[in-house]
Amino acid sequence: MLPEIGFGALVLAFTAAVYSVLAALLGERHQRADLVESARRSQLLTWPLLTISAVSLIGLLVNNRFDVSFVYEVTSRSMPTYLKITAWWGGQAGSLVFWAWLMAAFASLVTLRKWDRDAEFLPWVIVVTSTTLAFFLGLVIFAENPFARYWQTMSGDVVERMFRPAGTLPFVPQDGRGLNPLLRHPGMIVHPPLLYLGFVSFVIPYAFAMATLITGRTDDRWIHITRRWTLWAWLFLSLGLVFGARWAYDVLGWGGYWGWDPVEIAAFMPWLTGTAFLHSVMIQEKRGMLKQWNMLLIILTYDLVIFGTFLTRSGVLSSVHAFAQSAIGPAFFGFIGLTFVASVALLLYRWNALRAEAEMKSMLSREALFLLNNLLFLSVLIVCFWGVIFPLLSELVTGQKVTVGPPFYERATAPLFAGIMALMALAPLSAWGKSTWKTLGRAIWKPALLALLITLGLWLGGMRNLVAIIGFFLVALVTLVTLYEIWRATRARQKAQKEPFLIALGRLFARNRRRYGGYLVHISMMMMALGILGIELFQSETQATLRVGESINLSGYQVRYDEIARFPAPDGREVTRAVVSVYRDGKYLAELHPRIDFYFDAQQTMTIPGQYSTLADDLYVLLVDWQPVSAEQATFKVYHNPLVNWLWLGALVFIAAILIAAWPQPEMEVLPVRAADRSPLRVGASD
Amino acid sequence: MPRTKFLIGGLLILAAVAYLIASSTVAAAQYFLTVDEVKAKGSEVIGKNLRVSGAVIGDTIQYDPQTLKLTFEVAHVPGDNKEVEAQGGLAAVLHAAVTDPTRSRLKVVYIGPKPDLLKNEAQAIMTGHLGSDGVFYADELLLKCPTRYEEAVPQQAQGN
Repeated sequence: MLPEIGFGALVLAFTAAVYSVLAALLGERHQRADLVESARRSQLLTWPLLTISAVSLIGLLVNNRFDVSFVYEVTSRSMPTYLKITAWWGGQAGSLVFWAWLMAAFASLVTLRKWDRDAEFLPWVIVVTSTTLAFFLGLVIFAENPFARYWQTMSGDVVERMFRPAGTLPFVPQDGRGLNPLLRHPGMIVHPPLLYLGFVSFVIPYAFAMATLITGRTDDRWIHITRRWTLWAWLFLSLGLVFGARWAYDVLGWGGYWGWDPVEIAAFMPWLTGTAFLHSVMIQEKRGMLKQWNMLLIILTYDLVIFGTFLTRSGVLSSVHAFAQSAIGPAFFGFIGLTFVASVALLLYRWNALRAEAEMKSMLSREALFLLNNLLFLSVLIVCFWGVIFPLLSELVTGQKVTVGPPFYERATAPLFAGIMALMALAPLSAWGKSTWKTLGRAIWKPALLALLITLGLWLGGMRNLVAIIGFFLVALVTLVTLYEIWRATRARQKAQKEPFLIALGRLFARNRRRYGGYLVHISMMMMALGILGIELFQSETQATLRVGESINLSGYQVRYDEIARFPAPDGREVTRAVVSVYRDGKYLAELHPRIDFYFDAQQTMTIPGQYSTLADDLYVLLVDWQPVSAEQATFKVYHNPLVNWLWLGALVFIAAILIAAWPQPEMEVLPVRAADRSPLRVGASD
Repeated sequence: MPRTKFLIGGLLILAAVAYLIASSTVAAAQYFLTVDEVKAKGSEVIGKNLRVSGAVIGDTIQYDPQTLKLTFEVAHVPGDNKEVEAQGGLAAVLHAAVTDPTRSRLKVVYIGPKPDLLKNEAQAIMTGHLGSDGVFYADELLLKCPTRYEEAVPQQAQGN
């Protein structure tokens, strides 16, 4: 029964989504509020329906219903229940349902808001969100159905169909193939859902942008409504990326966290446009500029989100040619092409209505620096896009496929990221409208001097790597500038309000959540940059075959091989687990357990590191090889990853910072525009 | 006046990005070749930065944990995806490549931990260079085992 219930609910949800598109269009055309209301209600039906479908799918996954092909492909009897549930998004069909389920939830949340002031947007927001939803549901129903079952014909062939073909019997495999061992990790609980949450929530600002273009109500209203959506989307997408990096670091056993493969880049590209969008909408809000640009950014973000959803789940590993391997590839490219062309056509139609209200005058004004920041983010996007399509282009032009690997991305993006960091130091100090080198210099010289002194210290300490010196200087500069700005503002408040320092600091953040939350985001980014510089530029590694009791030395650490054991684990693994002790200067620090897991169902091994983490570095020990015949010896590989933990710490600060920036501010709900935000004065101008 | 200033600034950025992309592409470009193409080009590609795709032959995998030296052979598989599809999908193509003794083969040497996915009939995508001894020295191995993901239906009637 469960497959029929799940599939039936999918079909109903699809029907409801299509109906809501049609009713909203008709209601808008004939100015019939009742039709629009019926569209809204129909859209509200989709989430409960998809929840029924999702629960059915989870029921099938958890109960080992291997007659369902999706269940057969992504689960096996030996998997723990939590992994069977997460297998929901462990394959393409299920993750499309998951995407649609999130989309329906967000669309419902949006349609439930108060629309009194924005009634003209409502039908179009419904049209955009429901069309997107219907597209995904259509794919699920017509191409990638997770509820399809196996049937055996009289001749013994097994076919895969939703409903029983005549003359066949149900076919139930004994056990499933099981989730790819790489995915059998608690990271599976957080990484894909966060990424998808980020993807899906970017649809909402896009829907409002389209409503703005279609209705011609081209004021900043859509940006005010969607500001918080955008922040949440950005938070989820950023965290999805960071958790993915951490997961790779913990299970892939190569001492790295990011490999510039097409799937990673696909998730990174909407982040780049989203980040640019987040900054440039501020210019529209405060100066009435860059309106066309913002539209273009949100259109790009939306289509990159759809592209990313497709790519992250299509099994593409290393070859862009693998696009074609997925049956749904043409549908995705068609949808992306159609929405992009339609959106850009709408943008051109409203081009004149979106002209800037003011002209950019000074190259050092905050809006000019923000524009530069946008251009740099877009440049990184172009680099990424070029890297992904270059093999196709080269083959088309020369007949020879030429690819570019991580060195390309590192080389091409490093100067751009350096530029972005330099802007993070300058832009918060510059004023709207007009700034001069003199005012900027006055605000920056103290932190800049300190940053130079720190860099000089590193140089005297023996650091000669130019990239590292520039990188650490920029990290120090941005951090110090930001902290100095916060400190100055707190001091000013402390004097004016006669408050103790900490209270003044707390109230400063509480009263200006956007600004200071934003500053904190910058600091968290610098923490992450510190970790990335550390591991990218100063990673060292060594390997050795040891007898029990022997040690391996790396960067002042001593790793002693104590013992090893091989035993079966209840979840269908055979575990080979070594025990090693970590010493530094003769002092015992920790015991680590690097191990090799062999999964019987997948016939695949996983090499799981033992890690000893401090703020200064990470010692990452891999058990490379062990032969039971020569039980004495085992081979280890050890990585020393300086500063890498700042990457993960930075992610935690990042979450806190976004919570501060996105938390509703009581005053703001009453006043649509806060006077303070329209002020052309720069931060800390009170002193 | 400010307009021209911004225009010039924008053009400068554009030029800088174009230069960055072009120079990095030249510096990091890797020819993506099949085993047959490597054999055909021979000495022409020795020492060049290459990316080669092939099917791993399980029997040839040798690993010395003392030196971390991994050697194995790969058999030619077509590079064009349409061709792969026409021959019944990646899994079938890999299987055919490994079982066909007439296919051209390439010996690969890699120093490092043995990758978890290295096994018979896996697709290996190797980055590295061809030595004058005709051996491919890989710096990076990417492996995938398509059988696990792309098989349409279970092969044998176990249930029922």
